[in-house]
Formats: sequence, structure tokens, C-alpha cells
Amino acid sequence: MITLEALAPVAATGMFSYAWLMIATPAVVAAILLLFGSILDRIGHWLAVAAVLFSFSIAACLFAQQLQSAPDARAVAVPMFEWITTGMWHISAGLLVDQLSILFALLVTGVGALIHIYSVGYMAHDERRRRFFAYLNLFIAAMLTLVLADNYLVLFVGWEGVGLASYLLIGFWQHKPSAAAAGTKAFVMNRIGDLGMTMAIMAMLALFGSSAFTAVNAAAPHLEPFWATTIGLLLLLGACGKSAQVPLQAWLLDAMEGPTPVSALIHAATMVTAGVYLVVRSHAIFEMSSAASTAVVVVGCVTLMAGAWIGSSKDDIKKVLAGSTMSQIGYMMLAAGLGPVGYAFAIFHLLTHGFFKANMFLGAGSVMHGMDDDVNMRHYGGLAKVMKVTFWTFAMGYLAIIGVPGFAGYFSKDHIIEAAFEVSTVAGVTALIGAGITAFYMTRLMVMTFLGERRWREKVHPHESPWVMTVPLIILAFFSVVAGALMNNWIQEWLEPATGAHVQETALMPGPIGWATLLVVASGIALAWWIFGTKPVPNVAPASGNPFTVTGRNDLFGDLINDTLVVRPTLAVSRGVVTGDDRIIDAGADGLAGVFSGLSSQARRLQTGQVRAYALTMTIGVVLVGAVLILTQLA
Amino acid sequence: MNAITAPTFEWLQLAPILTVLLAACIGIGIEAALPRRWRFVSQVLLFELAIGVAFVLLVMSWLSPKDNLGLMAMDSISLDGPSYLMWGALLVFGLLSMLVFAERDLNDGASSFAASAASVPGSAAETEASLARHEHSEVFPLALFSLTGMMVFVAANDLLTAFVALEVMSLPLYLLSGMARRRRLLSQEAALKYFLLGALSSAFFLFGMALTYGFTGSFDYGRISDAIADPVYGRGLLYTGMAFLAIGLLFKIGAVPFHNWVPDVYVGAPTPVTGFMAICTKLAAVGATVRIFYVGFGGERWAWQPLVAVVAVITMAIGVVVALTQSDMKRLLAYSSISHAGFILVAVVGATAGVTGQMNSFGSILFYLVAYGFATVAAFAIVTMVRNQAGEVHEISGWAGLGRKSPLLAGIFAVLMLSFAGIPLTGGFIGKWAVFSAAWRGGYAWLVLAAVAFSLVAAYVYLRVIVLMFFAEPADGVVVGRASGMTWVPVALGALASAYLGLFPGPLLDLVTSASTFLR
Repeated sequence: MITLEALAPVAATGMFSYAWLMIATPAVVAAILLLFGSILDRIGHWLAVAAVLFSFSIAACLFAQQLQSAPDARAVAVPMFEWITTGMWHISAGLLVDQLSILFALLVTGVGALIHIYSVGYMAHDERRRRFFAYLNLFIAAMLTLVLADNYLVLFVGWEGVGLASYLLIGFWQHKPSAAAAGTKAFVMNRIGDLGMTMAIMAMLALFGSSAFTAVNAAAPHLEPFWATTIGLLLLLGACGKSAQVPLQAWLLDAMEGPTPVSALIHAATMVTAGVYLVVRSHAIFEMSSAASTAVVVVGCVTLMAGAWIGSSKDDIKKVLAGSTMSQIGYMMLAAGLGPVGYAFAIFHLLTHGFFKANMFLGAGSVMHGMDDDVNMRHYGGLAKVMKVTFWTFAMGYLAIIGVPGFAGYFSKDHIIEAAFEVSTVAGVTALIGAGITAFYMTRLMVMTFLGERRWREKVHPHESPWVMTVPLIILAFFSVVAGALMNNWIQEWLEPATGAHVQETALMPGPIGWATLLVVASGIALAWWIFGTKPVPNVAPASGNPFTVTGRNDLFGDLINDTLVVRPTLAVSRGVVTGDDRIIDAGADGLAGVFSGLSSQARRLQTGQVRAYALTMTIGVVLVGAVLILTQLA
Repeated sequence: MNAITAPTFEWLQLAPILTVLLAACIGIGIEAALPRRWRFVSQVLLFELAIGVAFVLLVMSWLSPKDNLGLMAMDSISLDGPSYLMWGALLVFGLLSMLVFAERDLNDGASSFAASAASVPGSAAETEASLARHEHSEVFPLALFSLTGMMVFVAANDLLTAFVALEVMSLPLYLLSGMARRRRLLSQEAALKYFLLGALSSAFFLFGMALTYGFTGSFDYGRISDAIADPVYGRGLLYTGMAFLAIGLLFKIGAVPFHNWVPDVYVGAPTPVTGFMAICTKLAAVGATVRIFYVGFGGERWAWQPLVAVVAVITMAIGVVVALTQSDMKRLLAYSSISHAGFILVAVVGATAGVTGQMNSFGSILFYLVAYGFATVAAFAIVTMVRNQAGEVHEISGWAGLGRKSPLLAGIFAVLMLSFAGIPLTGGFIGKWAVFSAAWRGGYAWLVLAAVAFSLVAAYVYLRVIVLMFFAEPADGVVVGRASGMTWVPVALGALASAYLGLFPGPLLDLVTSASTFLR
């Protein structure tokens, strides 16, 4: 495996020096929307749409310029300002517009703009629509900061920013307790991931004296194996939190409590793929440690199976799609862990997935819109006739995700499976089986939602959604079909300088593995059709003793595991400390009641010895201090 | 026959301290001489003027080309970069927190202090004083005396001066804690507890001084350092003395297990006083600790570093874990302040000396304190503004839905919470980076890992408050009081500084790095 020396980015000129406008515009609009209150209730959402379209047009112009310039002049550094300059710290906040980041910028702003437009219709009846769009714009600004940053510290700023926006948007419907709880859960799980990120950046600053991508990439080949593994695993922990990979996966399913466009934008197309971006961006470190890259592959494989499992057993249409998102990101992680052979494929799949998954989430939103926000697929059925546009656009996404030849997902997923077989048979077989399960649960979703007899609740009158919602669907469906074929040959070459990987030959006709994949996919479809298409679907999920079904329906008992291992011990410790605190300390501070009960009782309380107890604690402290000093001397 | 040399005193260089002290004395005169209705206003003008003048004098002395550094007042005060910086910080935070003392709009024209602190709560005398709208404007000179003590404490160059300064700083605080207008019993109880435990800690400090003197034969930090390098006796005496001094100082810092007083006193004291204590006392105590341990006991750092490291870990642990389940806002901020003490101690442990051009421990500590100080001053000022019929609302549940009642105030409080949590783009984030990296370079990587873990748990505490303010149904009967500029100035400055220090930390980082070498 030969890797190229990373090229130094060239200085920004012309159009590139305005790259910061991409981030600033949505950020400013978000601030305006939040600050200027109800004046903007009528037009605020269009302002937000315009901001994202503006960012998109800048990204498109930069992309066009990059296409015209020579391959070695495509990566452009845009210095912004010196953030911290003291002593050995010289951290400048800057942007790096290179082949990798521009693709992300296009995806974020492009899909983001479509989802903004869609949301104008979806959130039309929500009285807090202006705030919703402010948060969406905030998210776009943060996500662009994340992908355009030229060093890990600025990336971390965006990383926290998208977390914040995600947290705000998951809990957007605050009147639902489940939504608030989901927001909290997402936050906590992401904190664990952030622990990894923070420590990785700390270690980089300590080892390299810089957190800039160029400096880290240049210094990484001389890294000791121990540190390469440590930093790699810490980064992977961060990636797991943000991308909902096992073991930090549990928050993503609950995150579906947010409005559906949020699920499409943040929890399918963009933010959750940040982990994949991080791994690819840090390729120089992962290449130095086989342990760390193997860990990435293992995480990817486990997650792709876990997500598929969950997707197969849920009745909530959004949760099926969430499980599927987990599973597809598992594919990307797997590819990113394979080394240079997989980077381009990981990003390729990320982009096609961004299109078809956003398409399907928005389609699901359109279905829910027509079904009075019911998410249970057992109450759907036969919708293909009444929601034609939604059905056909969804079908494009469906064909893309299961990998029907010619559609977007076929190209990207097939490459990953083949690359996986090259590196490890276990990973290859996992990816292959995963493709079959994907076909199974997606067919189940299609059949239960759009085909079969109508199982609608009373007083539900499904109808097609307005044009602001269907036009984005049509555009996304178009890309779900063609994106794969468009980028198939081009993307490896394009990403070569950024990932340092050589171009692999990809055949247009399927090889033996390709045929095997098609066969597995076909059997998945057939099985799903046999189970769900030929018999009537019960209105209530049948009670099942099948351990696979039970486990899947309970999100693989992720909550139970987290609860037992993390939540309860922490709370118990906290309560224990508080009880001790209360009993010894708190008696006097019980609030107003004590004030009214008179001086005498207060005095009595005082004399019964709280201060004595405090003094006792201090004396214990003295003993502790003495003990530590003595132990230090002995050691 | 020995000639007796006249004591020397550098009036010019010590003018900032003297100005504050003089103003405090004039304040007492005002209480005695002026009619009651003029007192409050003149006290407010006096302290604003005095602190302003002291700050100008400080800057002038700092910028003057000669004689602005060195040992002053017969070697009892060490005027060096850290002294200047600490004095500047103390004056700024003293001014901001004392402005909140002067707020009278929130409480129907009365301050947060008892009408007659000496009357028995609930007695006729109290009612009479309240009806006559009496006020204790003595709080201002008291705070100025305390501020004088703090300024001497951080610059003291021998243990005796330090002890006197410690008492000058503490005694007015005990009084101030007991003067709340509402919940007076709680306030008086807090004051008594603070006094008793403070006396105990002073006793430890004094005993430590005596033992250290026994080992070194001097109170002077420089001589202590010399004696450590060239010991005459066994080290048992030194270690015992050092441990006792540490206990006295850690008490004032509010480190576990000497923290018991913090929650009670913070809750019981009038909220403006709590703000004053939370930042100024902490600044002074940390400043003096760093000076004593770096200058005096620097040669024995291998002995005290593990000790402080252990204290830092349990301080962070208790502060963070207990804050998780608090239901009272002031108590939450108290435990938050304990956990911040832990983070600061992490940098104290690092003890990296001032290599030219590098961030050292003192610089990082001071940056942390300034970032924490701005957030703290503003946070406690906001606590005084969230009210119901009975006064300030301290139950966190009462803060629910504050974002809908006053988006501006809730937004500012959210920024402060983010800074406490150390989220990027706030001063608190840079502060945490600075103290962690100081400890990392001091060779305490394990401590940094523990600190990072605790800071992530701590973030949950603060974000819980933000979520409650913005995503919960508004609580009944709780309103945001109409405050005057006396409260709004600290609130606005605190929020702006928290954001500014996160975006442009460079100037302050440069300043604290360039002027962080101790004299001895």
C-alpha cells in the first residue's frame, strides 16, 4: 500500500478568500431569526432558505474553480484569524477547502437547501416555525465549520455546534416528554464521544504542538505505535458518539422524536456521517496503527449488522429508517477502516446515502403528513395510489439503498463489499449478509406502507403533499438514481490527493462477488415479499417469543445496557453523596420552613452539631493530608 | 550601638491598596457623620470612585518605567507581575460585584441587606427598622476592607503579613454573610458557621506558620526557600508546617474536604455578597496559595504535588457529582464553584515554571480565574433578578421556562452556563485548555484525563439548567425583576467578556504569560 505525500494546500486567492461567507451567512441569519422575534414570522423561513442557497452557490462556484485548476492546486487554505497565540500555542482558525471538504460542503448545503424548502411546507402549521428555521441555519453553519475547518480544534467547535443544534432540534417539540428525554439522551451519549475527541486533540497538541491537519498529517508517519493507536482509538470513540456506532448507538433511534426534516438532514444525511469524515480526515494516524484501523472495521461490521437487525423488527417507519441509517454508516466506517483502498468508497457511499436517505426520510415525512402524524406502518398500506409522487420518489430511494444495478447505492455499496473481501473474508461476508438484510427490511417497509390493503385508522384521509414538499423529493429522487453512475469513476481520482490513496480499477460489470451480492439481495426481497406481501399484515404487532424479534424491537437492549452499566451507578453515587451531605450538612438549609420555626429551634439545631460535623470533616481532611504526605515520602 | 533604620514605605507603588483602605476608612466616617438618607448614595459613589482611582493608579504604576517591580514595605509586600495582575483582577471583580450590592430597584427601593442586622428576626425592632426603611450602608466599607485584605494577601511576601491580610479579608466577610434582608435566620446561621470554621482554619494556618518558622527560622518566603535548599533540621517539622498551611489555604479556596462551609454560606449569605465571595475570595486565596507554594515551598514540590493532586481529584469529583442532583440554584452554583476550585488546583499541581514564551501554571490559573470570575459575577447578579412574591427564587424548578419570560436574560445565563461548562467559543473553554495543558506539561497526564472526564460530566449540570430554561413549561409566579444599571452592568459585562475571551483569548493570554514571574 503506497500513500502519497500530502500536498501542502495553496494560499487562497480570488473567490476562495470569501469561503468564510458560506459559514457566516447562515450563522448571521440564525442570529437574526432568533433575535428579531415575531417581526420575521412571515418571511423568516424564506430568509433561512435564501441563506442556505447562497452558501450552496458559493460552494458550487468554488467547486467549479477547483475542477478547472490543476489537481495539485485544488486544496486551498483560507486563513481566518489567529485564535490563540501564546508561547508554544499557535492555533489559527482557518478553513481548508480541498477535494474532500468541498464535497461535504456541497452535500450539506445542497441537501440542506432542499430540506429547508421542504420544511417550509412541513412546518407550515407550527407556531414556532421561525425558531425551527433559526436552528436549522445554525446547524448548517456549524456543520460547515466542522467540514471546512483546517485543524482539529476548529473542527471541534463545529462538532460541538452540530451537537447543540441537533440537541435543540430533537427536543424541538418540547411539549412531548419523550422528545425532551431523547434530546437529553443524545446529549449524554455524545459527551462520551466528545471525551475521546478532547483527549485526542490534547494528545495531538502535546505530541505535535499543533492541531492543524497539515501538521498532524506530516508528523503522523513518525509517530510511535503506542500513540498512534491511542489517538486513533480516541478519535474512533468520538466518531462512534457522533455517528451512532456501537456501543454509542442508542441515541439515534430516540432522536427520531424530532421533526422529520431534522431526521433527514441531521440524523441521516449530514451530521451522523461526521464520524466517517473524521476517520478519513485522520487517515494518516489510522495508517500508522493496525490496531486502531482494525477497531474501525470491527465497529463498522458490528454496527451494520446491529442497525439492520433493528431495522427489520420495528413498526415505526422512522425507526426503521434510523436503523437503516446506522447500518449504512456502518458500511462507511467499515470502508474507512479498510485503509487507502476504502477511503474514496466510504465517501462515495456517504454521498449517495446522503441523497437516497434524505429522499426516503422526507418521503416518510410526506406520508406522515398525510396520515396525521401516525408513524406506525401497520396503520398504513395501499398508499401508492393516493400519494403518487411520494410513492415513486420513495421507490427510487428504495431501489438505490438495496443496490439494484444502475441506481446510486449499487455502485457505492458494491465497491465496499468487494474491498472488504480483499482485506478480510469475515468483513466481506458481514457486508454481504448485511446487504441481504437491507433488502429484506426495506422491502418490508415498502410493502407495508405503499402496497397491500388499506389499514388506515378512522378519519384519516391520506393526500399528496404540497409542491414545496414534493419538488425536493423529486430532485432527491433524481440524484438517488444518477449520483452513483455520475461519480463512479470520477470520485477516486478526485479524492486521491486528499486521502492519499491510489485509484483502484472498478469494473462496470459485476464480478463474482457482485453477482453473489445481487443474489443475496434478491433473496432478501423475495423473503420479505413472501412474509409481508402475500399475507395480510396484522394491525397490532404479533406477540413474539422469537428472541431475535424481541431483541430487535427493544433496540438490542441498548437502553437496558446503558441504564445498568452507566446511568444507575452514577445516579446512585450522586444520591449517596447528597444524602450524606444532607444528613450532616443540609439540616439548616431546608429553606423557609426553618426560618418560620423560630430562633430557638434554629439555635437548638445549631447546637446539635452541624458545625461540629463540619469541623469533623475538616479534621478528617487533616488526616488525609497527613496520610498523603507520608505515603508520598514512603513511595 | 546599632543604628535604628527608619522603616521605608513605597507610597507610590502601594497607592492602589492604600486608596481602597482609605476609602473604607472614609466610609466609616460617612456612617458616623452624614444623615441617614445621604449615606447610601455617598457610599456608592465613594466605592466606585475609590476602586476607579485605585485601578488608574495601578495601571500608571505598572506602566511607569522604573521601580515598578520589587519588594516593598520592608520586604513584606512583593510587587511583581502576578501581584499587578491579581490586583487588577481583584479591583475589576470587586467593583462589578459591589455594584450589585447597590441595587435597590429590585426590592421596592431597598437593598438586599437587612434593615437592622442586630435586631432579632421577627421582632418588633426589625419591623420598626423595616418600616423606617433603614439600610445598612456599612456593607460598602466592609467590602472595601475585605478587598484591602485580599490585595495584601496575594502580594504578601512573608507569612506574618499573609496571616494579617487573611484576617482582614475574612472578618468583614463573616459579617456580610449574616446580613441578608430575607431568610435572616439562614443568613445568620451561615455567618456563624463561616466564622467558626474560618477560625478553625485560621488556627491551622497559624500553627503551620509556627512550625514552618521552627524549621526555617524565618517567615519570609525567600528565606523559607533558602532554608529548604539547605536544611538544618529533619524535614518532619517542615512537612507538618506545610500541611497545616495548605489546610488553611485550601479552606479559603473551598477545596474538598474543607468545603463544607461553601454550600451553606453561599446559600445563606445575601446573593450579592455570595457573588463577591465566589470570585474575589477565591481569587485571593488561589493567588496566595500559588505564591506561598511556588516561591516558598517550590523546592519541596515533589512533596506537595501529590497532595494537591489528590485534593484536586476529590474536589472535582464531589463538586461535579453533588451538583448533578441539586435543586437549589445558589447551591448548584456553590458546588459549581467547588468543582472550579478543583480544576484550578489541577493547574497548581502542574507547577510549570515560567519558560520564556510559554504558558505556565500561574498564567493559566489567572486566565481561568478571570473567565470564571466574569461568568460568576454575572450569574449571581442574575440570581438576584429572578424573583417571586417572597424575594429571589432559588429553587431551580422556579427557573423553568425563563427563556419565554425574558429571552435576553435567559440567553445571557445560557452563555454563562456554557462558559462554566467549558464549551468552545467561551472563555471557560480556553481556561480549561490552559489549566489542563499546564498540568499536562507538568507531567500529570493522569490528572488531566481525570479532569477532562469530570469537566464532561460537569457540562451536564449546566446544560440541564439551559434545557430547563428554554424547554420547560414556565413556572407560575416567577418574574424577572426590573433591575437598574447596577445589576445590568455586571450582567452585560460578564456575558460579553465570557464570549470575548472565547473568541479572542490572545491579548489576555499574552498578558498573563508575560507577567507571571514571581519575585522573591
